[in-house]
Amino acid sequence: MDLLLISVLPFLGALAVSLAARWTRTAQAIIAGGFTLAAVLLLVSKAPAVLGGQVIGSRLEWIPALGLNVEYFLDPLGLMFAGLILGIGLLIIIYATFYLSAADCSARFLAFLMLFMGAMLGIVISDNILLLLVFWEMTSLSSFLLIGFWRHLPEGRQGARMALAVTGGGGLALIAGMLVLGNIAGSYQLTEILIAREAIQTSPLYPVALVLILIGCFTKSAQFPFHFWLPQAMAAPTPVSAYLHSATMVKAGVFLLARLWPVLAGTDLWFYLVATTGLVTMLLGAAIALFKDDLKALLAYSTISHLGLLTMLFGFGTPMAAVVGVFHILNHATFKAALFMNAGIVDHEVGTRDARRLGGLVHLMPIAATLGTIAGLSMAGLPPFNGFLSKEMMLEEATHTVWGGLEWLVPVIATVAALLSAAYSFRYVAHVYFGPRRDDYPKAPHDPGIGLWGPPAVLVVLVVLIGLFPAATAGPLVQEVSGVVIGAEPPYFALKMWHGFTPALIMSIVAVLGGALLLWRHGSAERIWRALPLPVAKNMFDRFTALLVTTSRTITDAIDTGSLQRSLFVFFLVAIGLGIEGMSAGEYAAGARDTIPASSIDVIAWLALVGGTVAVMVSQQHRFLTLVYISVVGLVVSLGFIHLSAPDLALTQISVEVVTILLLLLALNLLPKRAWPTSSRTRRIRDAVLAVIGGGGVGWLSWAVMTRQPNDPISAFHWAQAKPGGGGTNVVNVTLVDFRGFDTFGEIIVLGIAALGIFALLETAARGASGRRLLAWKPDLIRSPERHPMMLVVGSRLILPMAIVVGLYLFLRGHNLPGGGFIAGLVFSIAMLIQYMASGFEWAEKRRRIERHALITLGILTAAATGLGSLVFGEPFLTSAFGYFHLPLIGEFELATALLFDIGVALTVIGAVMLALSQLSNVAQRAEKIEHVEHPMDIDPSRTTETNL
Amino acid sequence: MTHLIIAPILVPAIIGALTLLRTARHTLLGRGLSLGSTIVQVAAALALFAEASTGTIRTYALGGWAAPFGVVIVLDRLSAMMLLLTGLLALGVLVHAVLTGLDRRGWHFHPLFQFQLLGLNGAFLTGDLFNLFVFFEVLLIASYGLMLHGQGGARLQAGMQYVIVNLVGSTLFLIAAGILYGVTGTLNMADLALRIGAAPPGDQPLIRVGAQLLIAVFALKAALLPLHLWLPRTYANTSAPVAALFAILTKVGVYSILRLTTLAFGENAGAVAWAPAGWMLPAALLSLLAGFLGVLAARRLRLLAAFGVIGSTGTLLSAIALFEPDATAAALYYLPHSTLSGALLFLVADTIGRARKREDDRLEPDRPFAGMGQLSLLFLLSAIALAGLPPFSGFIGKLLILTAAEGSAAAPWIWAAILIGTFLALFGLAWAGTMLFWKTTAEEELASSSWRKAATIPAWGVFFLLAALTVFAGPATRYAEATAQQLFAPEAYVAAVLGPEGSGR
Repeated sequence: MDLLLISVLPFLGALAVSLAARWTRTAQAIIAGGFTLAAVLLLVSKAPAVLGGQVIGSRLEWIPALGLNVEYFLDPLGLMFAGLILGIGLLIIIYATFYLSAADCSARFLAFLMLFMGAMLGIVISDNILLLLVFWEMTSLSSFLLIGFWRHLPEGRQGARMALAVTGGGGLALIAGMLVLGNIAGSYQLTEILIAREAIQTSPLYPVALVLILIGCFTKSAQFPFHFWLPQAMAAPTPVSAYLHSATMVKAGVFLLARLWPVLAGTDLWFYLVATTGLVTMLLGAAIALFKDDLKALLAYSTISHLGLLTMLFGFGTPMAAVVGVFHILNHATFKAALFMNAGIVDHEVGTRDARRLGGLVHLMPIAATLGTIAGLSMAGLPPFNGFLSKEMMLEEATHTVWGGLEWLVPVIATVAALLSAAYSFRYVAHVYFGPRRDDYPKAPHDPGIGLWGPPAVLVVLVVLIGLFPAATAGPLVQEVSGVVIGAEPPYFALKMWHGFTPALIMSIVAVLGGALLLWRHGSAERIWRALPLPVAKNMFDRFTALLVTTSRTITDAIDTGSLQRSLFVFFLVAIGLGIEGMSAGEYAAGARDTIPASSIDVIAWLALVGGTVAVMVSQQHRFLTLVYISVVGLVVSLGFIHLSAPDLALTQISVEVVTILLLLLALNLLPKRAWPTSSRTRRIRDAVLAVIGGGGVGWLSWAVMTRQPNDPISAFHWAQAKPGGGGTNVVNVTLVDFRGFDTFGEIIVLGIAALGIFALLETAARGASGRRLLAWKPDLIRSPERHPMMLVVGSRLILPMAIVVGLYLFLRGHNLPGGGFIAGLVFSIAMLIQYMASGFEWAEKRRRIERHALITLGILTAAATGLGSLVFGEPFLTSAFGYFHLPLIGEFELATALLFDIGVALTVIGAVMLALSQLSNVAQRAEKIEHVEHPMDIDPSRTTETNL
Repeated sequence: MTHLIIAPILVPAIIGALTLLRTARHTLLGRGLSLGSTIVQVAAALALFAEASTGTIRTYALGGWAAPFGVVIVLDRLSAMMLLLTGLLALGVLVHAVLTGLDRRGWHFHPLFQFQLLGLNGAFLTGDLFNLFVFFEVLLIASYGLMLHGQGGARLQAGMQYVIVNLVGSTLFLIAAGILYGVTGTLNMADLALRIGAAPPGDQPLIRVGAQLLIAVFALKAALLPLHLWLPRTYANTSAPVAALFAILTKVGVYSILRLTTLAFGENAGAVAWAPAGWMLPAALLSLLAGFLGVLAARRLRLLAAFGVIGSTGTLLSAIALFEPDATAAALYYLPHSTLSGALLFLVADTIGRARKREDDRLEPDRPFAGMGQLSLLFLLSAIALAGLPPFSGFIGKLLILTAAEGSAAAPWIWAAILIGTFLALFGLAWAGTMLFWKTTAEEELASSSWRKAATIPAWGVFFLLAALTVFAGPATRYAEATAQQLFAPEAYVAAVLGPEGSGR
């Protein structure tokens, strides 16, 4: 449980700091530091036990289905890293408090920093590789925020994005690698995986897992060729660089190499991939570092070089090299973090960190100079500092390593790298602190307060102590940690200054002397370096991202053109393809149902239907004509329904036809009378081919379906139960209001919404650009001088009561004979539509009593209330009831709740049609700018037939 | 409580009708009714969820007509989960619309909104193929009205494409349902399952055509490549809260694919068995890539979010296309995440657009504005969620899908597509975020009055749902697993709908 506490403390700290955003900076630092200190103390309290060989674990179930649980364990390796993360973190918090300017939001900074600390801590104590992945990506995300902390700096933004792309992207490869690894080992628990060496290394998936995991490690630890993000990340405030980019985050990759060393290392593949990458990175980083003038860039490349060194050591795959790696992790963290903070001090106090503009600061800033010099010499690998010890041991290991049969290769490159390393370290010390005093510093340099030099001083003390008394200070820790990394008792090693005249010592001397020589000749070396045609990885990355964005835009824009034709074309194509796919499965058998003989009238009607359809397509540009042909099609379909004994459908079809044609006529009035072709000729041919295939396919499908008789269809039940169960002899109506009343309930709502849709559509169309077009619209057809022809008005008035009676008749008989609420509603609507058309919208509107919206509401509510009524009787929603009653004069009659439901249907239909009509009329009125007229039967002599087209 | 199951359908239908009245238009009454209705729906969904999570399948025969002769609605784990998701999302979106005053920018926001919920709830509950069509219509028409709500020429144009393409889809739905009814003689989905299993071999090719066409319609709704072309502009051009609600519209397609395929076109369906399996996986992987490529390519945040919806639905379908219980369980965990994260980004985009004013949601630098910190945090969280990075549910969902796909022959493709897609999303979102919040013009800060802080409450609410999905991933995955098992053992569903003797026919 203590481990859980340790792991959440930084996150709680982040939360606490952000809640204290309005407090003073000191208070925030105390909060952040307090949480960190608590974690440090907890960790320290565990240290004796852990170093004594006890592994502390804690487990909290999270997602057992995935094998992702909150499992932590603390072994010496975890302890060392946790110590570095928390310890240096604490120093950085102090340092940052004094480093950031008043304009920087320290709460945000500290919150991000604590988030990062928590994520990083999670990586090193996770006992579950999926949990580790969670933390891994979280470090990438939080480092993104920290690098981009100064968001006004373009290089900060770019650096942050690049770091996220490289380390986050590498993290994705790591996800895949870890999943494969877990799959091989049969568990995602690290402690389980670590004992599965045999299974892992013999698995055919080992190379896949290894490469993917290494991509994750190498991107995070800035190994060649992924190293370029680290220098760009230097745009971050210096405390971030000191923390993330020297001591912690970049060590995550190395940590994982060490963590998985027992199961992944030891193969040739491991050696050649890891050791070679490390070797190249070490050399390259050191070489570039030497020629960087920006101190932070110099340190960044030096970090890359040292990370390469560590990678190489773990890549050797020998136990002794692993011991050296562990020791160097410790040493590098101490001197490099100190150096970054030191560079930050210089930047802070002098106003520049360009080595060419510095020098002679030793007199002005003695404290900073002392600290910087000690740490710098340690980095150079000079005794008596800790850098010397691990570098010696590294060189020693290099001499034992044979690369591809070449015994000299690794030692020579290691020596050259060490030489370069010494050179840039000397340069850092000499060009900043020594040499003549200058008089052109941007600011007047002086030593900072203890807040800034204190934290690095702590680390420098460690540099010296470990250097002088390695066995006493670092010995036990290195012993225990190496044991974990190796997964066995580590080989004998002695941490001491003097090993005798070993080859390593000679290499070391060569490196130091050569380094000094190189610095002396730095100017000419730089000229040679600049002349070399070296590819710049950052530029390549920039080109890659630019290419990625352009490609994505090209592809996306090419696919997504917003063309309706294309959408439909693709959809039809897919439907046809899937239809063909479906037919090609299994053995199709033709239906056995008898067909009806076709009379000559049938053939004529069929020809009319086909002719009407063809005419619609041919006349497609003449909109009114198209409408006429569409009505022909509708009419023939209605006749077909009658002929095939479906009077209900015929009635519905014909009334729907009338309503839609009337509404469309109103709408077309305002549109251009001709539609211009929107497709090229070839495309029309293409579409025609598709249409013929699709239409033919659907026709064939209809044939195939109608020529067979399903076994025991549910409609048989409907036939049988209409009268006894539904109380009606019209099966269609009983189905609509009873068997499938729920569908009807939904459909009337659809109708209501459709009216609202028309409303919204015309509302939108009446505004903006289309609204302006509408206002500018001029009548483009010849107008009758009579606005409302008398004959039409009189006729319509006469029709109204008759139509209502017909509607009522259709409505009432609906349950037993063709008719019903839907048809009746349409008939009522037509009766009213005619009034509106004949006498004008305004006249008719004045005589309207019920609001159209209310009609829809009333209709839906009536239907719903009818359905809900059955609940009172304990029956399900929409259960119908009917009974036969007898009244004098009228005789026996039937009352059914379905009738009430049908009233709801009829009301909704009327409401919807009227709403659509009113909105169309509104738009028309606006466009036509109709003046008010009192009388329905007026004649406007000014409107003559001469109205121009 | 037997009637509780129809509450998610009846409540929005009645309240939708009531809010149409003039007294409820642009008044507190209308808002109150709509909010109350949505809260009631959430409560009902919670109760139904609790019931379904015991594993019982409840049916309700409308009109008292037993299946397969009448229409039944069926509540199982999957339906309950979808209902709950719909309710919670709707509540967030509605509050956002009310707080930003969107509901008063046109005439019929609340009725359309409630009818939209009616369509969603109905589609998730119905056990009848034609009834599903009806609810698809309710959905489509209501969404079209909502899409046009507010104004804008672009909205009109994109809406035209949306409605026409989807009406063609509806027509194809009718054709497919007609084929299935004509050959099997039933519309009840459970009955359909039985009858397809028992269909003579000569009928099976026709049934397969029906199945494929039906799934094609669902794929159109789910915006599966290449049927996704209607989505980006539609979502990007409508008002953002509406787009946020639309995040669940694609899931109706996903739901229907899952429901019909496991129930009726599954193991026992002869030549029809797993009809869509062959083509769905490549299509899903391509959608995933095309979606996240669009995220990288987008020049506006809302368009980015729209492509994100395509990408995450593609991810979802690539798991579903395996038609196998483990992968389905993974998909079912990812489904609410995909919905909520898409919606969240739309809500955030809306607030960002309001706050920035001049550049709206274009990914161009604009003036800094007061309260940027809170919005940038929200954006960061929603971006992490959408990209599927740790620590939120998207990452867990992706891990689940990756591990579930491990055994499949297509595993390398699925893995590569998901990881590359994540990378593209990461890249695109990082770029968008730096453009919106880091790279600002050197002008004076906009006053804080330009946007209401309270307007972020719903976005935070949606985010906390995601956080809950993360923290309670254990129970959530268990529920998803149980749901997948229920889906892949459709006998229980059939028995619940048709009764023990009916299922033996």
